[in-house]
Amino acid sequence: MLGSLLTLVFVLVFNFFLFRVVQADPIASLFRGRNVPQQTIDDLRTSFGLDEPALTQFAYYLRETAQLNLGISYQSRQPVWDEITAAVPATVALVGISAILSAVIGTVLGIVAAWRRNTWKDHAITSGTMVFYSMPDFWLGMILLVLFAVVLGWFPVGGIVDAGSTATGMARLLDQAHHIFLPALTLTLAYLGEYALIARSSLLDVMGEDYLVVARAKGLRDAVVRNRHAVPNAVLPVVTLTAINFGFVLSGAIAVEAVFSWPGLGKATADAIRGPDLPMLQGLFLLFSASVIVFNLLADLAYLWLDPRVEEV
Amino acid sequence: MTSLAMQRRKATAIRVWTQFRSSRQGMIGLAVLALFVLLALAAPLLADARELNPVFARSQGNPQWGTPGDFGPLGTDHIRRSVWAQFVWGSRVSLFVGLAATVLTIFIGSVIGIVSGFVGGKTDGVLMRITEWFLVIPFLPLAIVLASVLGRSVWNIIFVIGITSWPSTARLVRAQVLTVKQRLFVDRARSLGANGSHIVLHHILPNVSGLILANATLAVPISILTETTLAFLGLGDPSSASWGKTLEEAFVNGAIVRNAWWYFLPAGIGILAVVLAFTLIGRTLEEIANPRLSRQR
Repeated sequence: MLGSLLTLVFVLVFNFFLFRVVQADPIASLFRGRNVPQQTIDDLRTSFGLDEPALTQFAYYLRETAQLNLGISYQSRQPVWDEITAAVPATVALVGISAILSAVIGTVLGIVAAWRRNTWKDHAITSGTMVFYSMPDFWLGMILLVLFAVVLGWFPVGGIVDAGSTATGMARLLDQAHHIFLPALTLTLAYLGEYALIARSSLLDVMGEDYLVVARAKGLRDAVVRNRHAVPNAVLPVVTLTAINFGFVLSGAIAVEAVFSWPGLGKATADAIRGPDLPMLQGLFLLFSASVIVFNLLADLAYLWLDPRVEEV
Repeated sequence: MTSLAMQRRKATAIRVWTQFRSSRQGMIGLAVLALFVLLALAAPLLADARELNPVFARSQGNPQWGTPGDFGPLGTDHIRRSVWAQFVWGSRVSLFVGLAATVLTIFIGSVIGIVSGFVGGKTDGVLMRITEWFLVIPFLPLAIVLASVLGRSVWNIIFVIGITSWPSTARLVRAQVLTVKQRLFVDRARSLGANGSHIVLHHILPNVSGLILANATLAVPISILTETTLAFLGLGDPSSASWGKTLEEAFVNGAIVRNAWWYFLPAGIGILAVVLAFTLIGRTLEEIANPRLSRQR
C-alpha cells in the first residue's frame, strides 16, 4: 500500500521534471504560430506560476493535478482532462473485451496443451501462440484490416460507428459491435500467447505432484482430476498475469487503436505524438501509470486471498 | 587467468554447443537468424541503396504503387521506391537497433543486479526500489514519452529502449548473485585476501554470465518489437528507415485502402522471423542453463 503510494509520487516527480526539462516555456508553445499580445502571455505566465522557482512550480503542479487540472491540449485547445475522460470508454470497451477473451481462451489452450503434452495438439497450440506473440500487434491488425475490410468488405475500415450515423439504441449497439470486431480480434490474438504459455508451464509444474496420483488412484475420471485437482493449483500465475494486464488495459492498444482509428486513449496518444502535444502526453502518461499501480495493488490483494501462504503484501 | 580455468571454460562452451546442436528449435532459430544477418551484411550486393531515394526512383521510371508483377521482386511504394531495397536496408537498422538496445539493457541490468546483490545493505535497498519503480511504470508509454522528449534519432531510440527495459534483467542477475555469493569459493577467495572487485570479476561474473547470455537473447525480441512500435508511432529516425518505419510509411500513405499488401507484408514478416529466431535460441539456451525448464517444455 505504502509502496504503491510512493511509486505514484515518483511518477508525479518524474512527469513534472521530464516535461519541464524539454519544455522551458509551455505558454510559448501553446501560442506557437499565433499572434497574441505580449500582455496576455505575461498574464498567463503569472497565472500558471511560471515565474516562480522550480520547487514552487512543482507545488503548483501537485495542486493542479490533485484538482484534475492537467493543462490545455495544444491540438484541440480543450482541457486535457476532458479529452482523456472522453476517450476512456472506447478504450475500456475494446481492450477490456480483448483482455477477458484472451485470458479465457489463452488459459484454456494452455491447459489443453499441458494436459496433452507432446501430442499434435500441444505442438499446434504452442507454436501457433508463439507466432502470434512474436509479431507486432499493429501489423496483425493491418493484415486483418486489408483482408476482412478492404478485400472482403465484411467489416468497416475504422472508427467506432458509421460516419454520419444517427442510429440510436439497439441499431447503434450493433453498429458498434460491427466496428469493434476486427480490433478486438487483433488484440485477443496478440495477447493470447502469453496466457497460453503461462497456463501451460504452471500446469506442467503441478502435474508431477502426489495429490494428482492420489486422485487418479481413487479412480476419478481424467477430466475431474484435471478440473478439480490440477487446474485450481496451477491458476495462481494466470490470475496474477490477468490482474497485471488489466492495469495495462488503458495503455495497451496504442498502435492497434491507431490502425483502426479507434477513438480511445491509444489513438489519443498516437495523435499527441504527431503534434507533439506535450500536455496530452503528460496527462496520458500519468493516467496510464496510475492505472497500472492500482491494478498491481489489486493483484497483490487477490494473491493474498487465493493463496493463504502469502502473508505480506 | 590460469590455464586450468581456461580449459574448464572451453569444456563448458563445448558442452553447451553439443546440447544446443541437439535441440531442433535452437538450430532452426540459429539458421533463420544467420539468414537475416547475411541479408543485412550483404545489403549493398542485394539492393542498390539509391533505390531508397524517391528522386532517383522517379528518374529510373519506376511505377507508382507498382505490384511485384510490375516491378520485381517486391513492387514499389507511393513515391516509386523499391520495396525490396527498403526491406534489405531496413534489416540493417532493425537488427542494429535491436542488438544495440539489448546490449545497453543487459549492461545496465547486469551492473545494477551485481552491485545490488554483491554490496547488499542500503545500496541494495535503494537500487531495488528504483528497479521496482521501473518495473511498475507502463513500459511503452514511458518509452513514448522519453522518445518524444528526446527527438527522433537511432541513438535516442536505443537509449530509450535500454533505459526502460533493464529492470527484469537486474532482478534476475541480483537473485543469481545472491546465491553465488553464498558459495564456498567466494569465502575462500575472500579469506585469501581478494578484494571486492577481484571477487566480482573472477568469481561472481563467470558464474552469472550464462544466465546473462540467455536473458540477453530473450531481450532482443522485446527490443526489436519496441523499436518497431515506436517507429510505427512516428518516433523513428527519418533518415535511416527500419522495418518499423516502412510499416509506418505504408500505413500513413494508404497502403491499406489500396490493398498494397506487397508494401507492408515483407517488413512484418522480417520482424516476425527475427523475433521468433531469437525467442527459439533464447529458450534453448535457457533450457541448457536451467535443466528444470526442459522437463516443462
